[in-house]
Amino acid sequence: MNILEKVEKEQTRHGLSFRAGDQVRVHVKIVEGDKERIQVFEGVVIALHRGGNRASFTVRKVSYGVGVERIFPVHSPSVDKVEVVSSGRVRRGRLYYLRDRAGKAARLKEREGTVAETAAAAPAAMADAAAVSPPIAEA
Amino acid sequence: MKERKLGILGKKLGMTQFFDDKGVCYGVTVVQTGPCTVLKKCTKAKTKNDKTDGYTALQLGFEQKPERKVSKPEEGVLKAAGGKAKARRYVVELRVSEETLAKFEVGQEITLKDLGLKAGDYIDVTGISKGKGFQGVMRRHNFAGFPATHGTHEYFRHPGSIGNRKWPGRVMKGRRMPGHMGDRKVTVQNLKVVQLREDDGALLVAGAVPGHKNAYVMVRPAIKSNPLP
Repeated sequence: MNILEKVEKEQTRHGLSFRAGDQVRVHVKIVEGDKERIQVFEGVVIALHRGGNRASFTVRKVSYGVGVERIFPVHSPSVDKVEVVSSGRVRRGRLYYLRDRAGKAARLKEREGTVAETAAAAPAAMADAAAVSPPIAEA
Repeated sequence: MKERKLGILGKKLGMTQFFDDKGVCYGVTVVQTGPCTVLKKCTKAKTKNDKTDGYTALQLGFEQKPERKVSKPEEGVLKAAGGKAKARRYVVELRVSEETLAKFEVGQEITLKDLGLKAGDYIDVTGISKGKGFQGVMRRHNFAGFPATHGTHEYFRHPGSIGNRKWPGRVMKGRRMPGHMGDRKVTVQNLKVVQLREDDGALLVAGAVPGHKNAYVMVRPAIKSNPLP
């Protein structure tokens, strides 16, 4: 194997366990001085940007009436874990239209047979994003 | 002649992204280095009429090439090596001190380990930059060009005035003009080694390195952040 591919493979942590439209809790490691703590950013995944070890995803939330979007690299060690809270039923991969909507209009319908239902039964299973791959609802 | 540490020849494999232990993301170039063979040792003249090179240097070769592609001068070098060195595609002569010279023999292989680098060190990388063809002054020398509006007529990307008047009546030397861009030897100094992969013989270097993918490059410890004694 090419050394470049080898380097990229080492940097790749795991496959994505969520998709656009999912409500997620992203646990981010934050270094303050010499201390490290975890901060949670909860919102809707509005886009996945694929690309091997360079993959990233965008999470959007509305905080105090202000829309906030954060882009996380999927394979960054500072992203501790990603929990899927619920999965929305969406018909496209990039949900940029949510930016133009507020309040009730910005809600997403729950996807059938999703992780959220499974999670209600066993919340612990959610912790390891690597292990859990949500069953994709085949309509 | 300034004394420099030993370098190594290699190949640019391409760029990717790399997270270090602290989670800092670097844009890195993966450079495969070595192993390269010592083809010739240049030695100092001992007496006045000595026909040796008169300076100390190592000729290094990287990647094999078929015998039929060996030129006459190369053949001479290989003959002098007495079968210990094979034909190499990329050959570079590096000036080294007598002490360094004494450490290596003709035919010996030099790997990344011989450089004594560690992660966090700085290196200089030399290579042939990508050829851009014949380019105008805006692309080649970052000239500003002319306004798109306000009456500019067919004079958007021109260089403007290139000289004075009857005196001096000629264009000054060194005037920047359109011409061939790229495809020349370029050295990028003080690139940080993000990761050292001695087992793979590869370096992860923060930032860009001259040349296309699979281009031959030469890696030397940085001359500026390694002050000379």
